Amino acid sequence: MTKIKGAEAFIETLRREGVRHIFGYPGGAVLDIFDVIMDVKDIKFILSRHEQGAVHAADGYARSSGRVGVCLVTSGPGATNTVTGIATAYMDSIPIVVFTGQVPTHLIGNDAFQEADVVGITRPCTKHNYLVKDVTDLPRIVKEAFYIARTGRPGPVLVDLPKDVMNATIKFQYPEDVSLQGYKPVYKGHAGQIKKLVDLVLKSKQPVIYAGGGVIHSNASEELRKFAHLTRIPVTTTLMGLGAFPSDDPLSLGMLGMHGTYRANMAVTYTDCLIAIGARFDDRVTGKIDEFAPKAKIVHVDIDPTSISKNVKVDIPVVGDCKLVLKDIIKALERRQEEVKELAKRLDTWHGRIEEWESKYPLRYNKGSKIKPEYVVEVLDKLTPEDTIVSTEVGQNQMWAAQFYKFRMPRLFLTSGGLGTMGYGFPAAIGAQVAFPRRTVVDIAGDGSIQMNIQELATAVQYGLPVKVIILNNSYLGMVRQWQGLFYKKRYSHTSLAVSPDFVKLADAYGARGILVEESSDVEDAIKEALKIKGPVLVDFHVDPEEDVYPMVPAGAPVSKMLLV
Amino acid sequence: MRHVISVLVDNEAGVLSRVAGLFSGRGFNIESLSVAPTLNPEKSKMVITTRGNNELIEQIIKQLNKLINVIKVVHYKGKEFVEREMILVKVNAREDSRAEILRIVDIFRAKVVDVSPKSYTLELTGDRDKLEGFIDLLAPMGIVDFVRTGAVVIEREQKKRRL
Repeated sequence: MTKIKGAEAFIETLRREGVRHIFGYPGGAVLDIFDVIMDVKDIKFILSRHEQGAVHAADGYARSSGRVGVCLVTSGPGATNTVTGIATAYMDSIPIVVFTGQVPTHLIGNDAFQEADVVGITRPCTKHNYLVKDVTDLPRIVKEAFYIARTGRPGPVLVDLPKDVMNATIKFQYPEDVSLQGYKPVYKGHAGQIKKLVDLVLKSKQPVIYAGGGVIHSNASEELRKFAHLTRIPVTTTLMGLGAFPSDDPLSLGMLGMHGTYRANMAVTYTDCLIAIGARFDDRVTGKIDEFAPKAKIVHVDIDPTSISKNVKVDIPVVGDCKLVLKDIIKALERRQEEVKELAKRLDTWHGRIEEWESKYPLRYNKGSKIKPEYVVEVLDKLTPEDTIVSTEVGQNQMWAAQFYKFRMPRLFLTSGGLGTMGYGFPAAIGAQVAFPRRTVVDIAGDGSIQMNIQELATAVQYGLPVKVIILNNSYLGMVRQWQGLFYKKRYSHTSLAVSPDFVKLADAYGARGILVEESSDVEDAIKEALKIKGPVLVDFHVDPEEDVYPMVPAGAPVSKMLLV
Repeated sequence: MRHVISVLVDNEAGVLSRVAGLFSGRGFNIESLSVAPTLNPEKSKMVITTRGNNELIEQIIKQLNKLINVIKVVHYKGKEFVEREMILVKVNAREDSRAEILRIVDIFRAKVVDVSPKSYTLELTGDRDKLEGFIDLLAPMGIVDFVRTGAVVIEREQKKRRL
């Protein structure tokens, strides 16, 4: 067997993992790898304009496609710039592998040029991380990194590659299997627990399914739909779970939590049986924890044991993969057809109550003379194809997207739910567009957050990625202003963005297209035009600057106490 | 309540900081810690003592299990384990107290490991109550320096009789 350089071996490991795209940025410590990449034809490299953009793109690529996203950056600042993106992926359980250059092993610890202890820095925000000290460990470590990223509860893994290791030579052999004594995720749910769960569900009178991102990660949407339809149990999803259950399904309650629907929050308040699947009882979902689902027996299906009974006490925990557990639940229910029929019939009263809540306080907004951001999202929903991928930034834009865009399928909604990272949406949309070049990809943004990774416009232009950016421009950091308005006596401390670039000129400067919209009557035409343009477009909607997101549960209040429009 | 947990881990660089970081990052408290390789040099065993209610301990154990380098976590409960700590203590030894110190050493089955005209250095192994009793008795003589290991524990052979 001939020997090859570490850098070549590294690319070969990616090939074995089926990697087709790398997002990244070169630098001194990774020169050897980039020298190899120049001649690689079967893996495409996408050059971002900031390392944060590269990680978010890898994340968007992973969320939309289900494949592991890959990112490659240099040491020191290149690596530290990825931290926000890694933490974002960690909070939302997104499988990415981030490769960082490192100074040569003999310089590690010497405060060398562009040195940072990246393994130390990223330890709390990765599922696992590695420093490759010996080139012979490289194939095993890369194999483990991909395995850890995509299995169990998925998450980001970082591999630090010192320059001399990439220059050393190795007889390349890729391991067939991964053997990690301390990592054996449980996929199959415990049969006894599943039986208890089914017994409880069949006895319930006002059950609710509360589905989260885990349903999407385990590709369990079809099973979830089947479970709900079999029993007629209504389904509410978290922000991360949007699309896991079709939002236009009659059993859909929409999103729950801080900006969820009235009916969803009332349903979880009055339910006697809360069935949590792949969700983690986040504080934005539960509101005041003592008054969350106070009357309910709670069952919780999750692949991560640490999620169970972390925030609320769970009556029936089931550790396992959502898809497999749901399959087992469905199987058990199919054997008890009589009881299932009785349950479905019994739920008439419950559905009646939910309808009452819905007709009393549906999702709505007041019309006005200025462009309403909710209206822009509604029109966008109407005009875009069913398989459109929508990313968001963070804040009001994110909540309006979640409320007024209808997600009918999984993996179409890309948003930073856990960490709440402004600047996530645009690069994530770029990553999704790389994964699906022919689909429509839209980033719903605010004028604040779009500026946090606006440099990626150059990436979109360079690679001909026709991402459409919908800026809901209210000249404010809108969500923070909303809180200041509600809880800080309208003292708008530093949330006014009176000075912003002319986004049309800015798009032009990057070689993209920009459209300015100032009248409600122009919204539809502008979106149609943007969708027709073959390249990236920024559409700058000057929306009602004082519009707030409703309904709303104030932080720390019970979810039944909603502020309504 | 005090809890004793042993954690079998890969003996690799950075593993201690993963465990310590888990505790600090989640606001768990480490009361004492001891780490050393096992008979298999590729593995290390950590013994951690911590405080918290049952829910917290359950969460700590689950979080520890989640770490890739953690192979096994054992939570020791009741009296099903033997626990030992060791202390080294340097105590003032004046003319009038030397004999008393040696008498205490004898009662506790401690050892004198260093002697100088002014001080004795003593070594004692035992459970926490014993060590604390020892320290209480020595305190009036004037403790010059003091160092204590974390707890180490081992499971007792099961003495359950099955009928």
